[in-house]
Amino acid sequence: MYYLFKNKTLRSFIFRNVVRLILIFITFIYILPFIWMLSTSFKDDRELFLFPPKWFPWPPVWQNYNKALQRFPFFKYLKNSAIITVGALIGTLLSCPLVAYGFSKIRWKGRDFFFYLMLSTMMLPGAVTIIPTFMIFKTLGWINTFLPLIVPAFLGGGAGSIFLVRQFFNTIPDDLVDAAKVDGASDLQIYLRIVLPLAKPVLFLISLFTFLGAWNNYFGPLIYLTDENKYPLSLGLPTFFSLYGTYWNQMMAAATMSVIPTIIFFVIAQKYLIEGIKITGIKE
Amino acid sequence: MSKTERKEFIKGLLFISPWLIGFLIFTVYPIFASLYMSFTEYSIVGESKWIGFSNYKKLFTDILSMKAISNTLYYAAGLVPLGLIVGLVLAILLVQPLKEIIFYRTTIYFPSIVPAFAFATIGVWFFNPYIGFMNNLLKLIGIQGPFWLSEQWVKRTIILMAQWGAGGTALIYMAAIKDIPKELYESAELDGATAWQRFWHITVPMISPATLYYLVIATLGALQIFDLPNIMTGGGPANSSLSFVMYLYQNAFRYGYMGYAASMAWILFIISFVLTMLIFGTTRYWVFYYGARR
Repeated sequence: MYYLFKNKTLRSFIFRNVVRLILIFITFIYILPFIWMLSTSFKDDRELFLFPPKWFPWPPVWQNYNKALQRFPFFKYLKNSAIITVGALIGTLLSCPLVAYGFSKIRWKGRDFFFYLMLSTMMLPGAVTIIPTFMIFKTLGWINTFLPLIVPAFLGGGAGSIFLVRQFFNTIPDDLVDAAKVDGASDLQIYLRIVLPLAKPVLFLISLFTFLGAWNNYFGPLIYLTDENKYPLSLGLPTFFSLYGTYWNQMMAAATMSVIPTIIFFVIAQKYLIEGIKITGIKE
Repeated sequence: MSKTERKEFIKGLLFISPWLIGFLIFTVYPIFASLYMSFTEYSIVGESKWIGFSNYKKLFTDILSMKAISNTLYYAAGLVPLGLIVGLVLAILLVQPLKEIIFYRTTIYFPSIVPAFAFATIGVWFFNPYIGFMNNLLKLIGIQGPFWLSEQWVKRTIILMAQWGAGGTALIYMAAIKDIPKELYESAELDGATAWQRFWHITVPMISPATLYYLVIATLGALQIFDLPNIMTGGGPANSSLSFVMYLYQNAFRYGYMGYAASMAWILFIISFVLTMLIFGTTRYWVFYYGARR
């Protein structure tokens, strides 16, 4: 560990508090846009133009939220975001550990070849494949449905997730698998009864990443969804912004509503997100 | 292959088949299909027509595509180094032994998971030239703030805004820093190394694998920048924030020039590949694997 200060001396005492002050300042900067957002969402039209700005508009103008909701069907967008995200989660959880098992607990020729092939696809810019992929979904008649955003998750859930789960499976002793085989268990049984129950922590971790990926996805919905009734939040909020973006207090009310699900997610997940890298590491 | 080997081989393939099917349909086929399409004139309705290298020639004479490429390189040249510095500084501060360190970690990390579609709208307001927070603050200390989303400033503003997401990079660096054996620092200290020397000769080489990972991922990401400029400015003013993927998107999905857009996709592929190879090609000069005897 690289310590900027040690515990005992006076110099360290000063250093410690300098570091503390710097961190408080940086933390403030990182949270500032959100305080500004929240504060703006409670201002009346006149207060927007006050200089210096008012941090705690009083009384808070809840009306901004009502007005925003009239043109910004938040709950409809929320529902659509939820459908897409849950679909992607189910797909990933069903397929990703299965693939990872094939890359970890079965000894077969070509395994490493396919594994490195999979890793190399992470270097491929998504934009390269997007046009033919769009044509495939168009041919299937899936444009303006959620299917292009959900079905691909059933095909492994992405190289990054497969990699993480495979790394975790590698830490499960092969003896455990071999012993079960001697007892006559098939690989599918071993996968379902032994390996999968052990893998709960890593499955939780990839669920978090999958959630973020699906929930925050903007490009996908942008090209596949055309009907406003099917918009997730990632399209709904920018649409509201492009139409009514200069009603700043209502705009920030809409933004606040849109950030709330992320805040709830963060409160639940932050411990695992921040420590998750430690469980799995980025190297072998 | 013996009988058992073949059995295991088929079993392995079966287990990875979901990925394999996805790989064939959504990676292999699209790569070749887009290569083929890039040599055709193909709009979303109607026949495709073979036109050789015309799309590629057009790409290099089209003022807008050149503008989009230079904008994108500007984004990358700003995002990659700045993101590295911010991420590393945050990581060093966030591993220090303070009682309340978890609070700082959590709060600084939070913006990196806030969706770009929401943060983009917040940013436009935060950087509003007349009544936004930034210029209010600057006015308070007597500075006339710039028009953050003007032709001259917009790319810098977007690069700056992206730094609110540096928590992800910091996390990777924190893990790498925590893995460095303490003894290295202790013996360096006994030898009289200064804090800066310890940082430069121990920390930097010890975290170089994480730096390699960061450089590759960040470069690929920066070359595909889309969400922030598309929502904040739509590419304006005067195309000064138009990124390459935005232009590709407009051609493919707004104007229906699928063939032309496919050629852009391939140019992006080539640029990404060359840059990635450049990064990997230099690793033996600066990436250091501690304990590896290769």
